[in-house]
Amino acid sequence: MSIDTETAARVAKLARIKVEDEALEGLAQDFNTILGFIEQLQEVDVEGIEPMTGVTPMRLKRRPDGVTDGGMQDKVLSNAPDAREGFFAVPKVVE
Amino acid sequence: MTELPKMKIAEARDALRKGDVTAIELTEACLKAIDGAGPLNAFVHHTPEIATEQARAADARVKAGDAPALCGIPLGIKDLFCTKGVPSQAASRILQGFRPEYESTVTSQLFDAGAVMLGKLNMDEFAMGSSNETSTYGDVVNPWRAGNDETKLTPGGSSGGSAAAVAADLCLGATGTDTGGSIRQPAAFTGITGIKPTYGRCSRWGIVAFASSLDQAGPMAKDVRDAAILLQAMCGHDPKDSTSADLPVPDFESMLTGDIKGKVIGIPREYRMDGMPDEIEALWSEGRKMLQDAGAELRDISLPHTKYALPAYYVIAPAEASSNLARYDGVRYGHRATLSQGDGITEMYEKTRAEGFGDEVKRRVMIGTYVLSAGFYDAYYNRARKVRTLIKRDFETVFAEGIDAILTPATPSSAFALGQEQADPVQMYLNDVFTVTVNLAGLPGIAVPAGLDRKGLPLGLQLIGRPWEEGDLLNTAYALERAAGFVDKPAKWW
Repeated sequence: MSIDTETAARVAKLARIKVEDEALEGLAQDFNTILGFIEQLQEVDVEGIEPMTGVTPMRLKRRPDGVTDGGMQDKVLSNAPDAREGFFAVPKVVE
Repeated sequence: MTELPKMKIAEARDALRKGDVTAIELTEACLKAIDGAGPLNAFVHHTPEIATEQARAADARVKAGDAPALCGIPLGIKDLFCTKGVPSQAASRILQGFRPEYESTVTSQLFDAGAVMLGKLNMDEFAMGSSNETSTYGDVVNPWRAGNDETKLTPGGSSGGSAAAVAADLCLGATGTDTGGSIRQPAAFTGITGIKPTYGRCSRWGIVAFASSLDQAGPMAKDVRDAAILLQAMCGHDPKDSTSADLPVPDFESMLTGDIKGKVIGIPREYRMDGMPDEIEALWSEGRKMLQDAGAELRDISLPHTKYALPAYYVIAPAEASSNLARYDGVRYGHRATLSQGDGITEMYEKTRAEGFGDEVKRRVMIGTYVLSAGFYDAYYNRARKVRTLIKRDFETVFAEGIDAILTPATPSSAFALGQEQADPVQMYLNDVFTVTVNLAGLPGIAVPAGLDRKGLPLGLQLIGRPWEEGDLLNTAYALERAAGFVDKPAKWW
């Protein structure tokens, strides 16, 4: 499997990372090196093996579905690059 | 009495209680050592006001006869831990200016135990790296040099700042985190001790996430006893982390007897790698002899899927990272790119993340995105998770056959020069070849310094334990430490 610049551009788009056109070639090469390394996994016989979901067998704890926290709008917004009138502000989303 | 910052935690604890030293004296001596260690670039955010306040409180508690375990012990905290009101940016530009409104569970527990925070420690960006060269703060320099050669060496990564700070005696101990070897590899490169506990021992709450199914916090310390003392304070169940184990934490320090008679130590044949330097091979064989002389039984074992651990890791960790790092979008915290006229929200995301993430982080996020994308999810991600099951099963099989711990080299080499391995990402990944299996299987692993190579650089051995048996593992490490008698320190040049 070889990654071309078009695929690299598509992945960058999916990851929401802007990559300049002239950098796509190098990126595709990096992907190919890494995916070439990962390719070894195809040798392993995984027939009938369950994919791991959690490394330590444990049952997630249950708790009543109630509000236990909140009411800290100032703290929640304190690190926002642009907070206005109690909201996170972003560029216009809907025309 | 030992020069203050050079003290071990156990020693300082006793001296504080006896009144031979005060927490303020100890803290000021460490702050001075940090001020004089700029060239190492280990501490990146200094918190002398917090340290002084905590030290004063510690002295008051000692005086009142109410001193908890770590009362007055000055520590460095890896930048991955969120510390309230103090910059916590995972060595990333994207978190520039971020000051958490909360404290991570692990650091809360350390402070409750009386510890003093000297500052935040440098690391690889988002803990992605093995040489501390991906940090937005610049490289950390290893306090060790190869004899008179002035070449700057890596302290390893990702907990490179923690390793350098402890090795250079800027603090008495430090926190680290380990996703594929990020505590154990830098510990080995700097001649200190570092343990990654069983997955679920330490709460991950408030630690910036890299790969949530692999990440664990752990201590980096000057010896096994100090590691046991720190680990004790860091562990425990936390309702805020659903993967944190609700199990009692034993008294690790009291388990350090050094008696390992009758323990069965496994030597995995798959860890004898082609092209492994003879010095690593020799150290491993000395380690075997040390444990045997201490009364342990050695047994050759097989962990057949070892070879596939690194490739499986480089699917699973980037996949989880791509999901975890989706939160850095320029909306809620950290960096937001300056936008051009007409830019919408997608441009904001894309520009913010392009400016905020470094190259290695971008690479891993995109690899993760690729292996999770439609059409590749089964071939890569699901296959890697199946291989992970097999890797864990390898360990379960040998433990069921009576193996108590497994001895391996910690790293495939000693510390290398900064800049040496940047070109090829896969070459850098090979640093974790002996450590990454442990994260995939969720096991505890410890790196213990065991000797110097021909260049005069430290080399470490790794012991891998059964799940939840950190106490037993620390005791085996303690026996190894006593037999190895490693006391070398880097000569001060900074």
